[in-house]
Amino acid sequence: MLSFVAQRVVKAVIVLLAIVVLNFFLIRMAPGDPAVVMAGEAGAGDQIFISQLREKFGLDQPLPVQLFKYVRGIVSLDLGFSFRQQMPVSKLILDRLPATLLLTGTAFVISLALGILFGTLAARFAGTWADSAITVLALIFYATPLFWVALMAILLFSVTMDWLPSFGYETVGANYTGLAHVLDVAAHLIMPATTIGLFFMATYARMTRASMLEVKRLDFVKTARAKGLRDSVIQRRHVLRNALLPVVTLAGLQAGTLVGGAVLTETVFAWPGIGRLMYESLLQRDYNLLLGVFVVCSAMVLAFNLVTDLVYRSVDPRIEYAT
Amino acid sequence: MLKQILVGLALTSALSAAAFAQEPKAGGVINAVIQPEPPGLMVGMVQNGPTQMVAGNIYEGLLRYSPKLEPLPSLADSWTVSEDGKVYTFKLKSGVTWHDGKPFTSADVLFSIDFLKQTHPRARGNLAQLDKVEAPDATTVVFTLKQPFGPFLGIFEVGSLPMIPKHIYEGTDYKTNPANNTPIGTGPFMFKEWQKGSFIRLVKNPNYHIKGKPYLDEIYWHVIPDAAARSVAFETGKVDVLPGGSVENFDVPRLTKLKNVCVTGAGWEFFSPHSWLWLNNRSGPTANKKFRQAVMFALDRNFAKDVIWNGLGRVATGPSGSSIKYYSNAVPEYFYDPAKAKALLKEAGYNGEKVRLLPLPYGETWQRWAEAVRQNLQDVGINVEMIATDVPGWNQKTSEWDYDIAFTYLYQYGDPALGVGRNYVSSQIAKGSPFNNVEGYTNPEIDQLFADGAVAFPDTKRTDFYAKAQKILVEDVPVAWLLELQFPTITRCNVKNLITTGIGVNDGFRDAWIDK
Repeated sequence: MLSFVAQRVVKAVIVLLAIVVLNFFLIRMAPGDPAVVMAGEAGAGDQIFISQLREKFGLDQPLPVQLFKYVRGIVSLDLGFSFRQQMPVSKLILDRLPATLLLTGTAFVISLALGILFGTLAARFAGTWADSAITVLALIFYATPLFWVALMAILLFSVTMDWLPSFGYETVGANYTGLAHVLDVAAHLIMPATTIGLFFMATYARMTRASMLEVKRLDFVKTARAKGLRDSVIQRRHVLRNALLPVVTLAGLQAGTLVGGAVLTETVFAWPGIGRLMYESLLQRDYNLLLGVFVVCSAMVLAFNLVTDLVYRSVDPRIEYAT
Repeated sequence: MLKQILVGLALTSALSAAAFAQEPKAGGVINAVIQPEPPGLMVGMVQNGPTQMVAGNIYEGLLRYSPKLEPLPSLADSWTVSEDGKVYTFKLKSGVTWHDGKPFTSADVLFSIDFLKQTHPRARGNLAQLDKVEAPDATTVVFTLKQPFGPFLGIFEVGSLPMIPKHIYEGTDYKTNPANNTPIGTGPFMFKEWQKGSFIRLVKNPNYHIKGKPYLDEIYWHVIPDAAARSVAFETGKVDVLPGGSVENFDVPRLTKLKNVCVTGAGWEFFSPHSWLWLNNRSGPTANKKFRQAVMFALDRNFAKDVIWNGLGRVATGPSGSSIKYYSNAVPEYFYDPAKAKALLKEAGYNGEKVRLLPLPYGETWQRWAEAVRQNLQDVGINVEMIATDVPGWNQKTSEWDYDIAFTYLYQYGDPALGVGRNYVSSQIAKGSPFNNVEGYTNPEIDQLFADGAVAFPDTKRTDFYAKAQKILVEDVPVAWLLELQFPTITRCNVKNLITTGIGVNDGFRDAWIDK
């Protein structure tokens, strides 16, 4: 197993480097550069000002030189400096990463738990009104734009009922500590995490339902039934366990994209996470920061893929580590 | 809708008049919105809008300006101008200290001038007429100009010429000085904390040089990226101040209807943001003067003002806004007249060529406005193609002259020599920057009038030059002027004295207090 992991890590690093180079050129294909953006925002800017900025950003050098310098930095685990924010990229990202992991992690758990629960229920009561209700509800959350769900949630729970805070990560200026702080963050977390969670729930519910219906027809389930096992045991130990494999595959793929998927939600709820950082750095053409976020996100996708492979094995012992 | 805003405006002015009679109360916290998040707060090096808005509390200039743009004392107590208009002597206020306790002296002023010439593009331009600056003693600064420069007393506002602490920056690399992240000024509030993506926190300067001020204990500037979420934050009471442009205009009437909410359009007199359509004078149909005049007649600017801007602002009559110096309305008039526009298009020989329209990607209001303009132009038979861009794309397309008609708005800084001429004189044509003569208009007569107007002495002589320039420009229509914009500042009514000068919220919360 160790050699399996080692080989996968080596492959991942190569993929990551390819991603870095590709992203480097993709970003520079967009019109406008950070110097022009900053001059634009300042509402003033003569030639000297813009060329000073270009020099500061290192944009006056030929592209291959810029690429070489950047890749050299990445290899030594240095993500570069955001001249716009006047801070090392790694610090900016590390400051924001916990908030995003908390948000998307919670959303992931919510979506997976609700998805499997509702999928199982739908399969159990396939063809009845409960099945239809679950399917329709899941589809509605899947089809509705995230930001709209978010805004409606704010209107309902913040403006009308005044139950939950509408923006931010914590109550600014309250200086809560200990349990009060945890509860404060949790109150801020509920709406954004549920918004993302409900969106991803739909796919898990559909996948679980379909997969369970399929497994249910297989011979070993008939055998179990013939043995006289209780229905709940059959559903849980025989059907669900086997039906979960495709769900794990899907979850593994989506876990990696959750960071990117949080852009809209983080923006609407003013959640100080990495998704917003990515979006803003794109609008400002903050090349180093944007590339840095991409690198971290890509690394997370690769890591989640590896974890998924390992989880497969524990869910289904028949799967072996091939290299 | 419109009526309510007008009532709101009247109410605000009545209230602020009453506020002067009340005794200010000390204490309290103000929560305001900052949008977008500024890249930094060191206003000597970063001049972005949001930077200026927050930094105006931390830094100060030598002067402030009244809503009528008369100079007021700030770090300078008094000033005199020599008979020939070339020597300006400033007396600095004594007993002023930087936030770290070091005294503020004339040496800091000399250093700031030197510093800003290297880092601040607008200051560099404003100081072009400066021959030398000297400090005979710790509280006196003498500016000597090469020749009289009419707007000179108008360049000392905090965003244009902030004072920079010499003891922190001298001999260092300005760009990488770590103090850039912990700004130190002389202002009423001190920088305390910045959680990127969440908030910026300023606290009261206990040693501020005006006894008893500021009244507030703290200011939190909240970073909320979504416009709808910003208006909800105000609606739910989490935020007390929405500076101009924080929410989309269509939310303004709804918010002002709430209880205990005041709105004002005041505080934009100095900047007087002036919006227009850049018409590419170099090529295409827009190179034809008759075509450009047709555009002016085709635009229903009153509709834009009443519907898109909720009645705020004024229809622009020409290159100068009505609140800045030497404004003249003795110019040709363009009113909404589609028939006349069609006739002019015919005279211009326009045969339906495609015209690229570039909206300003600053949110919904500007998008709607672009759609209204497209409709106006299509109504008279102009074949318009709308180009979608984000902000960097817009900057690149305009600064490289890759457009036919483009939306923009620019600040005028109170004087035609500072904020108006730059868009029309030919020496300001430079590829690569979006804030100069982007339309490519060249007229030697205009060049001469602006050159003479800037240095004519005394001020009464300047009037004629600018009146003539305005008349010629309005006849030529190098750009299609739209509105003198007024961005509404929305506050809880118990926030008093927030806006007291012509620079508005950017001048800091020095005088603001909360009525409990």
